[in-house]
Formats: sequence, structure tokens, C-alpha cells
Amino acid sequence: MTNFSNKNDVIVDVSNVAIKFCRDLKKSLFYGVKDIANDLIGRSSGNDGLRSEEFWALKDISFDLKRGETLGLIGLNGSGKSTLLKILHGLIKPSKGKASIRGITGGLIELNAGMNPILTGRENIYVNASIFGVTKKNTDKIIDKVIDFSELHEFIDTPVQYYSSGMRVRLGFALATTILKPDFLILDEVLAVGDAPFRSKCYNQVGKLAKDAAVIFVSHNMHDIARICDKTLLLKNGQVTHFGDVESGIEKYQQNLGVDSIEDESFIKVEAPVKHVEFKWSTLEINYGDMIDLTVEIEVQKEMYDVRLQIPIYDNQATVAGEWYSGRYATKKLNLSKGMNIVNIQLGPMYLKSGVYKTAFVLTDEKAIGFPVWAFKSHTLKVKGSALGAWPYQIMGVVK
Amino acid sequence: MNSIKKISTAVYTPDSMLRKPGKMIGDMFKDIAKSRELAWRLFVRNISAMYRQTMLGYFWAFLPPVATTLTFVFLNKQNILSVGETDIPYPVYVMVGTLLWQVFVDAMNSPLKLVVSSKSMLAKIKFPRESLIMAGVYEVLFNFVIRLILLAGVMVWFRVELPLTAIYAPFGIIALIMLGLMFGVFLTPLGVLYQDIEKGLLMIISVWFFLTPIVYPSPESFPANLISTINPVSPLLITTRELITTGNISDVFSFLVVAGITLILIFLGWIIYRVAMPHLIVRMGA
Repeated sequence: MTNFSNKNDVIVDVSNVAIKFCRDLKKSLFYGVKDIANDLIGRSSGNDGLRSEEFWALKDISFDLKRGETLGLIGLNGSGKSTLLKILHGLIKPSKGKASIRGITGGLIELNAGMNPILTGRENIYVNASIFGVTKKNTDKIIDKVIDFSELHEFIDTPVQYYSSGMRVRLGFALATTILKPDFLILDEVLAVGDAPFRSKCYNQVGKLAKDAAVIFVSHNMHDIARICDKTLLLKNGQVTHFGDVESGIEKYQQNLGVDSIEDESFIKVEAPVKHVEFKWSTLEINYGDMIDLTVEIEVQKEMYDVRLQIPIYDNQATVAGEWYSGRYATKKLNLSKGMNIVNIQLGPMYLKSGVYKTAFVLTDEKAIGFPVWAFKSHTLKVKGSALGAWPYQIMGVVK
Repeated sequence: MNSIKKISTAVYTPDSMLRKPGKMIGDMFKDIAKSRELAWRLFVRNISAMYRQTMLGYFWAFLPPVATTLTFVFLNKQNILSVGETDIPYPVYVMVGTLLWQVFVDAMNSPLKLVVSSKSMLAKIKFPRESLIMAGVYEVLFNFVIRLILLAGVMVWFRVELPLTAIYAPFGIIALIMLGLMFGVFLTPLGVLYQDIEKGLLMIISVWFFLTPIVYPSPESFPANLISTINPVSPLLITTRELITTGNISDVFSFLVVAGITLILIFLGWIIYRVAMPHLIVRMGA
């Protein structure tokens, strides 16, 4: 059954949604009893004030989502993403505000929530299908599709407890995306696991479903967000700090990350024969595809022949996003004479996606023993302009 | 091909669902209809998972009533415990009594047990919550049917003939299940929040067993007869036992009163269960 409805249907309409939680367990349980009692005498459970030990876990959340749109829900851990999804799923009630969802909601808050480890994969397919409200007759018709998608033909009659975590995810994803044709699809960090080929298959599947549905996609991987989403909603401490285009959402998210989670582990070390080193960047805030000039002043005690330079650039996950190495494309050897040397390097174009990076600088001599200069995460580089970039990539550059 | 399906809209607000009673009752019965298949699946899943990891399998269903019966037959034979005259051979009397009692207890424990064990599912997936209760009822019935085989064996052995009234026995069984379910559903919201309920229930059940005419005939004189007049299980259990064994029904009226009140209360408990669920899920934190 397909819904031939207007492409521009508003599927998800959230206005001023707020919810309060309690920090203290005993009090939370007691408030639970009170809320249930209030509800039972017809009073709404979310009276406006906060009781002792309560806080707003979500506040003033408003947004809407149309059919065909994919929203990236981003935010640090504890920012309220899962809570918001639970409200949209109708699992919990908001304390204030209103959320309206049109049509069938398909949710993947956790892939293995309804699975029983003792039962086989096939049995679990039937159980999960009926959890989603699909009858046995209809499951019989599509079970081969589910098994094909999961690629678990050999293991489908093996108890799920003997599956690897990747296999479980495959089964869960296959179930949730092939059984239902939802109007509203919630995908909560479901693509975080699984091997590369299966993940790319998942992207395609999500893309197919997203054409006829409104999708909310949660991930900490900004690469995935940039690839899949048309819009982002950034949550910080339960409030919306950005709702709109993908790129600036990701930028703001990375600022949150930068402030809260990158600790300073930078250092600059020099060893003999190098006495002193100084870095001068032409700029540390660039746009996607820009060139950067770096001037390095190196004071050495004695001459050094054929030195090699290396500039790795780390992203906020501490993995190398790109690297330039002087040895590979050197047209002439770089020699340092006794005393002060000035080396001008031009890097770029920098095809790094928007974000905050740390630069490093390594100088080795011809034998590559030791690091006469080692600057680790010494400078912060900010890139703007594109949510997508080559990664990891070989940065071009020349020593002038 | 251009079929247009009516799309329904779900609205989530802080308002109590009791404000729209018509819609609430409609939703309740719609969910019951939606629950049927899922409840069956969950039941099959629970049963096969349960028996797949045991060596003795269905023997576990037989064991408790056999153990209870043997204990009381022994105590009675040795005159340690004298229970007086029963209309039918004492072992049959005890066996029928414990089986019926077990049905009641199983039904009472089942809602809380299933809700607690399905926490992660409840917190992550939207499905009709009634299916958990229904799956529980199926399980209670299943265990009862298995034990019936045992009872049949005992009745044949002691040459107790099944009276015609036995065809009404299913009503008695259903009434006992409903009564147990009613208590269970009422206790579930509180039981999910506070573990005291589960612990207290265990104690109450063991005392309740002795305050119900299961292993002894119902006393006639005051104050001992309160056991069968105040205790709501008594009229249901006594009547059902009479339907299966002697065929002489002593008190139909009490049976009907208890069954009627149970039916009304179970509907109330059902509303409470639905209203409480979102508040419970917030605090399940799974």
C-alpha cells in the first residue's frame, strides 16, 4: 500500500514541547505515583512548575518536518536527543506542548529491542514483525526479502545469541526497514555499527525510504549527517540551538564539541641540532578549498641535509584527516644551514570539510632518526564552507 | 493504483486521556484487536524460550502441584494436620484445589512479571501494551492445560467420575484468571516503580494460600467461615472445584457477585494500566 499523498505534507509538527525529569530516584518514583494519580482524575500531569530536584530535560522544542525531508538530530550525549525521539514515538508524554505525527511511525530507537536471544533469526523476524503490527501472512510474503537484505541465509535458523553484534545489527536493520513502509521514520544511531559494504547498503535503503517519508536521523558521525540529511536540529542542554541548514548545524555542533571535549594535549619539542622553532600561519580560519601559507623559522646549531617535513591535520576525533609530506613531491632537497633558516610552505587547496582541526608539524633528517622538531596539535585550524570533504586525503603543498 | 488511504494523526500532549473518554475506550478496544497476533507471538516466544533452556522441560509445570499435594496428603495421613471430611478422596480434593489456586496466582503474577521483563521493549518500541497482558493470559492457560493432564490421571486413579456440570468449569477457570489478572493489573504500575510490591506479593500469596479453602473444606462456624466469605478467591475456587468433582453447587450467588465485580474492576485496572504506562516508561530508563 502506498500513500499517494501530497509531497509537501507536514508529517511531524512539534510545538513548544518540554519535559521535566528528576535527578533523585526516590523522588522521581514518588512523582511518578503522583503524576499517574493526577492523570487518573483527569488533570494534566505537567503542571508548569518544577518540583524539588526536577529540571527541564527538553524545553521549548518547536520544529516541523515534511514528507521527503531528512532531519539530522545532533547534539552531545545527554542533550536530550533520545528523550525527544521517545516523545515523537509516543512512548512518553511531554510535560508541556504538543507533538503531532501523521501516519505510521517506524522507529529504530534500538535495533535489538524486541529480540529474544534464545530464538532463531527466523523466529525473531516473526516476533518483531508482529511487534510492528504485521500479520503472519504478510510476514510470510516478505520474509525472504528480509533475509536477503540481512545476508544471513546460512545463520537464519541459528539462535540469535550466537550472532556477532554486526550480524544482529544486520538482522535488526533489515527487519525495521523492509517490513514497514512508514510515513515517519526514526533512525537512532543505527548506522554506527556494521561493516562498510553493509553500511553503504543501509544508506541506500534509508535513501529509498526517505523519498516517501519524513526521517529523523541521529548520529554522532557528521560525515553521515552531511551525506544523508537536508536539515539539522542541534540540541544543547535540552534546547534547540540550531534548526535549519546542515552545514551551519554541523559547524555549531563542532563548536560545542570543541568547547566541551577537546582537551589540550599540544606540545612543541625540539632536539639537537635544532635550537628553536617558530611557526607563522598566514591564517588559521579558512574556507573549503583555500590555500594556506606557513612560514617556519628554524634555528639550527649545525647544517642539516635533505630534511623532510610532515604536516598531519587531526580532526576532532583525533584521527588524521589529511597530511602533507615534503619528501613525496620534492623537486629539490631541503637543506638547512647553520643559524636561522626560513622555510616557506604553501599548502592546499585544502579540501577539508567544515570543522575544527589541530595541526602538527614534524621535521626529520635524511636518516629519519628521531624528530628534531615535533609540534603536536600545536595550532587550531578552522574550516568553513562545506559539509563534505575528501577524507582522509593527501594535502598538496610546496616548499618555496 | 491511485488509491488514497486515509492517514490518521497521532497527537501527543500532556493532557490526560480521560478527558476524551469516547476516544480512549475506542482506542482500548482497537488495541485489543491489534494485540491478538502479537500476544500469540510473544506467548510462543516466551514458552519456547523458557522450555528450550531447561532439561526437565514441561516437568516443571507438573512439579509444584504434585509437591503440594503429596505434602498435604502425607500430613493428613499421619494426622499431623487434620482437615476433616471431604466429599471426594482427599488427594483429588487437594490436587484440584492447588491447580485452581495456581491458576489464580499465575494470573496475578503475570502482568507485573511480563511488564518488568519487557522493560527495554516498552521503552523503545511502540506496540499495543495490552499484548503483554494477553500473552500472560495465554501462558497461564497453557500451564493450566498441561496440569490438567496430571489431574485427569489422578481422577482416573481414584475413580472420581466427572459430573455433567464440568462443562461449566471453563467459566470458573476464566473467573479465577480474571480475578488474578485484576489484582495483577492494579498492582503493576506501583510494582514497576517499587520493588516492595513484588516482595510483598510473595509473602501475601503464601499466607493467602492457607486462608483459602484449598487443602481443607470451607469452615462453617464463625469466625473461621470468614475465610470463605471475605476472601474473594474462595467462592470462585469452591464453585469451580464443585463443578469439576461433585456437581453439587453450594453457592452460585457469591460466585456471580465476585465474578461481576471482578469484571468491572478489571476494566478500571486496564484504564489505570494505560494511563500509567508513559509515566512508567520515563522511569524505566532502559
